[in-house]
Amino acid sequence: MSTATRSLPRAIGAHAILLTYTAIALFPVILVVMNSFKSRVGIFGAPLTPPTPKTFDLIGYTTVIGQGDFIHYFQNSLVVTVASLFFVLLFGAMAAFALSEYRFRGNTMMGLYLALGIMIPIRLGTVAILQLMVATGLVNTLTALILVYTAQGLPLAIFILSEFMKQVSSDLKNAGRIDGLSEYTIFFRLVLPLVRPSMATVAVFTMIPIWNDLWFPLILAPSEETKTVTLGAQLFLGQFVTNWNAILAALSLAILPVLILYVIFSRQLIRGITSGAVK
Amino acid sequence: MGSLKIENVKKAFGPVEVLKGIDLEVTDGEFVVFVGPSGCGKSTLLRVIAGLEDSTSGRVLIDGTDVSVTPPAKRGIAMVFQTYALYPHLTVKNNMALGLKQAGTPAAEIERRIKIASAMLSLEPYIERRPAELSGGQRQRVAIGRAVVREPKLFLFDEPLSNLDAALRVNTRLEIAQLHRRLKATMIYVTHDQVEAMTLADKIVVLNAGRIEQIGSPMELYNSPANEFVAGFIGSPKMNFVDGARLGETAKTIGVRPEHVTVDANSGAWKGTVVHAEHLGADTNLYLDCEKAGLITVRIFGVYNAETGATLYATPDAAKTYRFGPDGKVLK
Repeated sequence: MSTATRSLPRAIGAHAILLTYTAIALFPVILVVMNSFKSRVGIFGAPLTPPTPKTFDLIGYTTVIGQGDFIHYFQNSLVVTVASLFFVLLFGAMAAFALSEYRFRGNTMMGLYLALGIMIPIRLGTVAILQLMVATGLVNTLTALILVYTAQGLPLAIFILSEFMKQVSSDLKNAGRIDGLSEYTIFFRLVLPLVRPSMATVAVFTMIPIWNDLWFPLILAPSEETKTVTLGAQLFLGQFVTNWNAILAALSLAILPVLILYVIFSRQLIRGITSGAVK
Repeated sequence: MGSLKIENVKKAFGPVEVLKGIDLEVTDGEFVVFVGPSGCGKSTLLRVIAGLEDSTSGRVLIDGTDVSVTPPAKRGIAMVFQTYALYPHLTVKNNMALGLKQAGTPAAEIERRIKIASAMLSLEPYIERRPAELSGGQRQRVAIGRAVVREPKLFLFDEPLSNLDAALRVNTRLEIAQLHRRLKATMIYVTHDQVEAMTLADKIVVLNAGRIEQIGSPMELYNSPANEFVAGFIGSPKMNFVDGARLGETAKTIGVRPEHVTVDANSGAWKGTVVHAEHLGADTNLYLDCEKAGLITVRIFGVYNAETGATLYATPDAAKTYRFGPDGKVLK
């Protein structure tokens, strides 16, 4: 930034606003992580203080790892999230390519139809989905969750990606056609790498609600075999007694994988933004 | 080997007719330029020839074979695009090689052709670079190289110079002209810039609103335009058009090129005042507001000092005046 465009009060103001927002956004997360390292007395006695040698206790983590099959729950969550993400990105990108690239009868209608899913929450159809899953014998399988989450993620993915696909130079695609590349090669080798930043955006938007979802695991796959982390954490929420240590520890652990995935995608995100800006 | 015939090609996007029946013949080795204002259908016509767009009706024949249903890669064409359209993830060499690899050309032959093309376009220093590491001019040369290695029957250029700056444009134009002389290949070139058309073409096809207005050599179009549109489009500055009735003429419109009007301070056919003068060094453009003829442009070779507001008399060269009928066609 040059001195001509820098103004101290303005910089301070901007930083103050951003820092306040960061503090508000991070507060609950920090509170959860902090208290997960404290004993029960410590959590209730002084919830806002960081763990001291006196209140420090790993009881939450040992409970989580000892009781229930948390490694397995994690595995389930990861399988569901990664598989759904893969299908959403693959099918979303393909549909977006078709909608933005080819002229066919009903193109606009099809685009609108697919975008409709953004406005209508998939949960409204829970009863029908459950009946469907019962009929197909998919209840209590991870496949059921993957299918539902793929359907849930597709509308937004198609909507965002088709906008970006339209911006990919048609000359480039035509150059590929003249060089004899198939439409699949054009899509996978020429177009997809160019829309990678927007794919990362879609990935982040799709991933987080899937990871955090409690609704569908509870309804479609509540068995011990197919429990996800969020559902698994409910184990410690009793009607009369709640094991806060264990819940906070489970939640803290649940942040980690999604954080790692986010870091992977956000690097793409930032690279995409800057490479576009400076060319 | 490299002739093209287009028979009554029509193209419509929904209800909008972009090409309204194009007939054209291009002989082997010719450099043909499609020129016209934006939206006249010249790019669409090129894309129909390339096979990137299907024509609604009509036939396209390359070397006498109907290619209307042949995919672009099998038509024996190569195309250079306005935006270069290089594959961003491939090096210069692989950019040039991709089409040949797809066609199953032996590696040694690919190597040989790339060597020749990169020498021809002086691309050797960049052969291992990626497009992002090249300047605009270099990128366009790579794009041309990619077309050259295919040894096509037809070269198609879609406004290849539009994204380059003025100096590079002149250089690249020269290179394309030399390339044509060396390869003796048939080339079809689309541009909206009449200077490019005039300097490169053996034959110019002037298009307007989906129709061919006139086909001819650059000098034919300049000296004997068939109608008002061609007369106005070819030549810079634009031809002056004066309402015939104001001059007491029978023709609907009288046209005279700015370079065919002389000015004099004391006497002449049209009395007018200088509205604006553009001094370009080699020549001077005067804008005169004439009592009889309205606003006209006069191009004077060399330096001519004229104050804004001064009174001058303009006289058109009678031998080089065009008369147009009410339908816009030239009257003999």
